[in-house]
Amino acid sequence: MEQFTISIYTENMIGLLHRVTTIFTRRHINIESITASESEVSGIHRYTVVITEEEVNVKNVVKQIEKQIEIFKAFYHRNEDIVYQEMALYKMPTNILSQTREVEQIVRKHHARLLAVEPEFTIIEKTGFKEETQDLFEQLKPHGILEFVRSGRISISKRMKEFQDYYSEVEKASRL
Amino acid sequence: MEPTQLTKTQVKKTTITGAEALVRALIAEKVDTIFGYPGGAIMPVYDALYYYEKELKHIMTRHEQGATHAAQGYARISGKVGVCLATSGPGATNLITGLADAQLDSTAIVCITGQVSSKMIGTDAFQETDIVSISMPVTKWNIQITKAKDIPAAIAKAFYIAKSGKPGPVLIDITKDAQFETFEFTYEPCHHIRSYVPNPQIDSKAIELAARVIDSAKKPLIVFGHGILLADARKEFQAFVEKTGIPAAWTIMGLSALNTDHPLNIGMLGMHGNYAPNIMTNECDVLIAVGMRFDDRVTGDVSRYAKQAKIIHLEIDPAEINKNVTVDVAVLGNCKESLDQLTKAITPKEYPDWLHRAKELITTENEMVIKDELFPPENDKITMGEVIRRISDISKGAAIIVTDVGQHQMIAQRYYNFRQWKSNVTSGGLGTMGFALPAAIGAKFGAPHRQVIAVIGDGGFQMTIQELGTLFQTRVDVKILILNNEFLGMVRQWQDLFFEKRYSSVDMVNPDFQIIAKGYGITAEKVTEREDLESAIHRFLSHDGSFLLEVLVGKENNIFPMIPTGASVSEIRLE
Ligand SMILES: Cc1ncc(C[n+]2csc(CCOP(=O)(O)OP(=O)(O)O)c2C)c(N)n1
Repeated sequence: MEQFTISIYTENMIGLLHRVTTIFTRRHINIESITASESEVSGIHRYTVVITEEEVNVKNVVKQIEKQIEIFKAFYHRNEDIVYQEMALYKMPTNILSQTREVEQIVRKHHARLLAVEPEFTIIEKTGFKEETQDLFEQLKPHGILEFVRSGRISISKRMKEFQDYYSEVEKASRL
Repeated sequence: MEPTQLTKTQVKKTTITGAEALVRALIAEKVDTIFGYPGGAIMPVYDALYYYEKELKHIMTRHEQGATHAAQGYARISGKVGVCLATSGPGATNLITGLADAQLDSTAIVCITGQVSSKMIGTDAFQETDIVSISMPVTKWNIQITKAKDIPAAIAKAFYIAKSGKPGPVLIDITKDAQFETFEFTYEPCHHIRSYVPNPQIDSKAIELAARVIDSAKKPLIVFGHGILLADARKEFQAFVEKTGIPAAWTIMGLSALNTDHPLNIGMLGMHGNYAPNIMTNECDVLIAVGMRFDDRVTGDVSRYAKQAKIIHLEIDPAEINKNVTVDVAVLGNCKESLDQLTKAITPKEYPDWLHRAKELITTENEMVIKDELFPPENDKITMGEVIRRISDISKGAAIIVTDVGQHQMIAQRYYNFRQWKSNVTSGGLGTMGFALPAAIGAKFGAPHRQVIAVIGDGGFQMTIQELGTLFQTRVDVKILILNNEFLGMVRQWQDLFFEKRYSSVDMVNPDFQIIAKGYGITAEKVTEREDLESAIHRFLSHDGSFLLEVLVGKENNIFPMIPTGASVSEIRLE
């Protein structure tokens, strides 16, 4: 088993995400993270799904995803073939930051930043690999974390114009 | 509410309700028959239908499941899209079995459900169910419509998706307010969806490679499925088989794509298939799979399936390539075209030794299984096989055979000699008991001039027995053969073979089927003795109108050959 990131290019349509997730559910594949947003092509959305599976199964899942009518294309990648990140937000009592310099040092050391400072609480933001945001979490924890949240993975493939090559074909076909 | 529709004699308005738009869209798609059942949330559509009675015939089944199977039978035989109509809530959920069946057996049907008003959605309103979510895994595509103006495009897309590429079921859920709303109607059929590639381009290199592999084969075997029927590739397939001279075997979904008695047709694959094709699957050196998907009922233990062979797969759906069986050459595309190209690319050859091997295995099965099934000892009970074979002979192999699920299904497919293209309608992938009666009604509407015979067990008959009412009311002619073994036969067989004869809940205490049939105005007869069989079959087949023939058969007959679950095709048992 290995971690794979699947990028799925879709029409923007109600219910489509559900169709895609049932493909995983049905095969008992746990979705470790999922994000959705508009892609570089206006109107076409992109889901990024992270799973840990055997490659043969990933191949089949990708084909089942592509089989859905409003899915343009799905690609799967090993971690070395993509650049990826996750973002984490940490909420801490502001007085902790004003009482000791330790928290500030941790924030600097991790290249995190202060996103908002309110009289009662402060929000720290860190973008990086999961291990990095987790590491920061562990270090901040003794100082009292009020809330913590981490986004799903977003990733970009190292191949040039992966989807665009495909999409130009689609556009050509649509013009016929 | 005042109907806004106009009768035919008046000029057709273009500002119409969503409900009327739906009906006109269906007519624009050349639909002339639909199957359904009314109810609250679909009433505006039924009201619109009232005005279009002449153009659009609505067949009211006795249950929405029946409507889906009827639409399936209709679609499978006519090659057109089958259409169903149902109300929200229970009406919609009753469609699920038929949708699942159509999804697994690649049948083009469009189901239209009414939905509560858009304002009520999400409030747990009366008869509200989230049918779009419920049906998602069993549809090729589905959508909810809340605005009348979106109806024409949704219908156009639905028909295009249902019938293109690998066909499948589509569901459109239309809220009641969208059915009432009026708008300016225009209709534009759909021919293209930018994210959807139904017909992959055939790669000429794959054809060339496949041809080279076939040319080098010494013991090749063709296995074929539903894809040939769906692609309308009768001539192309027959030409391919005859030019190559390669023996061919069918999945139950591929049955009737090649005449049963064609000299190169060596029979049925899989669990209760024939001996020769199963054994030869694990002896061949090249396996050419055409329009089939290596279902587990066909492959047995897939890790021991045709391991010695190079496998060529002609398939329209990329998701089927390497799904169950890893192949050496994949020829993606519509098999009507790929078969044609492949036939041109191969060199004709003869395989006398290999065909001799087939003959040998066929003889073995004849000796050990078929003889006893067709010519049982005088004092034995009637067998299912002799009934089917007599019906086959008397109907000259020309009838449409619609089967339910169980032992009788396997027997009907094994012993009816199909001599006409596209004549077998069965529930293959889902194995839905209760399929046959409504599907036979649909098949008759799909081919009014052909004889339709439903072959059903005493168990499955009682799953959709209410559709006798549909027969009664529509007066179409469907012959119903009940092969009554007073058991849930197929389950009993498994209990016999694998659960040491612990017969748990398989014993059927049946009603008098003749009285039931007569209640519905359907002529009926029951045969218990062999000497009465022949004349009864003649009356059954020549009767003008529907006829129910019940034949009491041996209670504990088992279907052989059989590949037990988990066994390899080569471990097929003859007894
Ligand atoms: C809806 C449904 N429920 C249960 C089954 C499981 N099942 C498969 S075959 C069978 C027995 C069928 O009995 P009968 O209709 O009498 O036909 P026979 O096998 O005796 O010919 C059953 C219960 C099924 N296929 N479909």
